Amino acid sequence: MPTQKPLPSLVITPAQGTSRYWLDLWRYRELLGFLAWRDLKVRYKQAVLGVAWAILQPAVQVVLLTFVFGKLAQMPAGDEQLPYPLLVLAGLLPWQLFSNAFSGAGGSLVGNSHLISKVYFPRLIVPLSSLAVAVVDFLILLVLTLLILPIAGYWPTWHLVLLPLFLLAALLIAFGAGLWITALTVRFRDFRFISPFILQVGLFVTPVGYRTDNLPTWRELLALNPLTGVIDGFRWCLLGGKVEFQATALISTVVVSGILLGTGLWLFRRTERSFADII
Amino acid sequence: MSQPAIEVTGLGKRYRIEHAARRETLRDALQHGARRIWRRLRWGTGFTHEEFWALREVDFRVEPGEVLGIIGRNGAGKSTLLKILSRITEPTTGRIAVTGRVASLLEVGTGFHPELTGRENIFLNGAILGMSRAEIRSKFAEIVAFAEVERFLDTPVKRYSSGMYVRLAFAVAAHLEPEILIVDEVLAVGDAEFQKKCIGKMQDVARGNGRTVLFVSHNLPVIRQLCTRTLLLDKGRLLLSGPTAQALAAYAHGQVANEAVRLPPPTDEQRSRVFVSACWVEHAHGAGLACARVGEPWRVRLRVTAARPIRDFVAGLGVVTSEGLGLQTVWSPATDLAPGEHELIYLQDSVALAADSYKLVVGLSEQGRSIQQFEAARLEITGENPLIPCAAASGYGLVLNSMQVSVRRL
Repeated sequence: MPTQKPLPSLVITPAQGTSRYWLDLWRYRELLGFLAWRDLKVRYKQAVLGVAWAILQPAVQVVLLTFVFGKLAQMPAGDEQLPYPLLVLAGLLPWQLFSNAFSGAGGSLVGNSHLISKVYFPRLIVPLSSLAVAVVDFLILLVLTLLILPIAGYWPTWHLVLLPLFLLAALLIAFGAGLWITALTVRFRDFRFISPFILQVGLFVTPVGYRTDNLPTWRELLALNPLTGVIDGFRWCLLGGKVEFQATALISTVVVSGILLGTGLWLFRRTERSFADII
Repeated sequence: MSQPAIEVTGLGKRYRIEHAARRETLRDALQHGARRIWRRLRWGTGFTHEEFWALREVDFRVEPGEVLGIIGRNGAGKSTLLKILSRITEPTTGRIAVTGRVASLLEVGTGFHPELTGRENIFLNGAILGMSRAEIRSKFAEIVAFAEVERFLDTPVKRYSSGMYVRLAFAVAAHLEPEILIVDEVLAVGDAEFQKKCIGKMQDVARGNGRTVLFVSHNLPVIRQLCTRTLLLDKGRLLLSGPTAQALAAYAHGQVANEAVRLPPPTDEQRSRVFVSACWVEHAHGAGLACARVGEPWRVRLRVTAARPIRDFVAGLGVVTSEGLGLQTVWSPATDLAPGEHELIYLQDSVALAADSYKLVVGLSEQGRSIQQFEAARLEITGENPLIPCAAASGYGLVLNSMQVSVRRL
């Protein structure tokens, strides 16, 4: 071991500054990968259908939402004769990402409590790894969607280029909300029961099963939901501009997701130092 | 003088113990009014609580390459100190300056996932302990060889025997290469054979590579074997920091508050008949005793309170090893007790028990019917055995007295 090399030094004091934290986060990036990999690997072990569940679940949801909104509620798919299931599928993509990341993050710290109380690493890695898991599921579904769309006659257009932007927005919202639920669940285990409920309500107040441009009266209200802009954007990108999205919804997406992420990070960092004591 | 590996100044850690019902759920919190919830959500204070200092004003220095032992009774703050040094929890006051990479091993197999295979767990556990993927890959063969699990690398660890599991977990940890290694009672797991292997590895780590090691244990012979200097903690304060022999002597001679095992409160029925009111271990000459040295006589004082006359009263005392193996049971001669306080003394001056922590179980009976039975005290035996030159933690049995041996030609 070369002794000339200066040893890394570290100072531990109460209420430590944040600059080193972000450096540590970078240093521990491999652990992030390992934790996400572990969760993915373990999830489908001893499940007969294995990874097929990543597709089966959304498929059932598409059928259900098509039936409820398209058939029962007779919501219009639009003038362009869009097949209703495609509309739902395009909306379900970001929603699935959000709901998987949200529910994953909620239990993540409690689920990893044995690690939290025995090893140091930036705790942010834990909700980040559940986000990574959700992204993998999302990518599987996205690839499948991109295969289905041409079959149904919707070839990709230039609109698709903007998809990463909306994906980024979806990630930020999911992460911001995930941070909130993570910090709250550590403190109050009630949020284990509250978070599925939030997701259940969320599925309806988010235009997953219906489109917003045909609901002039509700549009403004729906636009307050940051996911509305994202979902509209996804449809716009995937369905070649056949579904328009309103600028107001995008503004709220940017603003609300910014607030969510900012406050989420603040709350998480604040509570983080006591995680090991209260978990 | 080179820079210290660790320098701790004015370290303190305060915990709050919240009173009344545990407010773990939101509903409990809601009952305390909106304002308080707000405070609670801000992680502030505002609840009735008691402050408890797990550590207070602790200062010490560790030089590079030193193997430092940390001893103290349960609740002395040893684990809290390690947790702060490992950055698992933050200190409330003070400052620690650390020079070098730190790896802490507070548990064997942290983060092992039962569903994953041995191979996968090596990588996962390595990453959790702070190794990079490349580092793990380069040491993979060594780890597997040390753990002796080659054949089971692709078997989920949930199918491992507990011995294999622990071996694999320790193997990963043993191949960490930090400048500073922090180890908590990990050696308390596994069989004697494995413990020896671990201690050997720790010695190599400390001697061969000049690494700094902080080692917490209740196993005093191991501390004596490994550590050059030892900190003695008591109730969150640093009582003594000095050569290991000195710290162990201080510990053994009861400078540390003799923390009695909490006796269970007697039931109403026991209260109406007879119950144990106090029980402790002491030197044969009467002084309080935290630790007896091997071969040194000790005695147990047992006080009982009788509420009414007790016929054929017998008080039994059992010595049980920390693993639960019964070593010895003795009964007082049956006597009739008059109401009031009585004291029984059990003296052991002939059997030399090996260094370990023993449980003393007490049982009371009247006319052959049991009234009370529970663990009433701890007997700590430490130090070297005068009869055998190199007494170790294990390998010589529990009873160290010799026997009369003779040889004759037939």
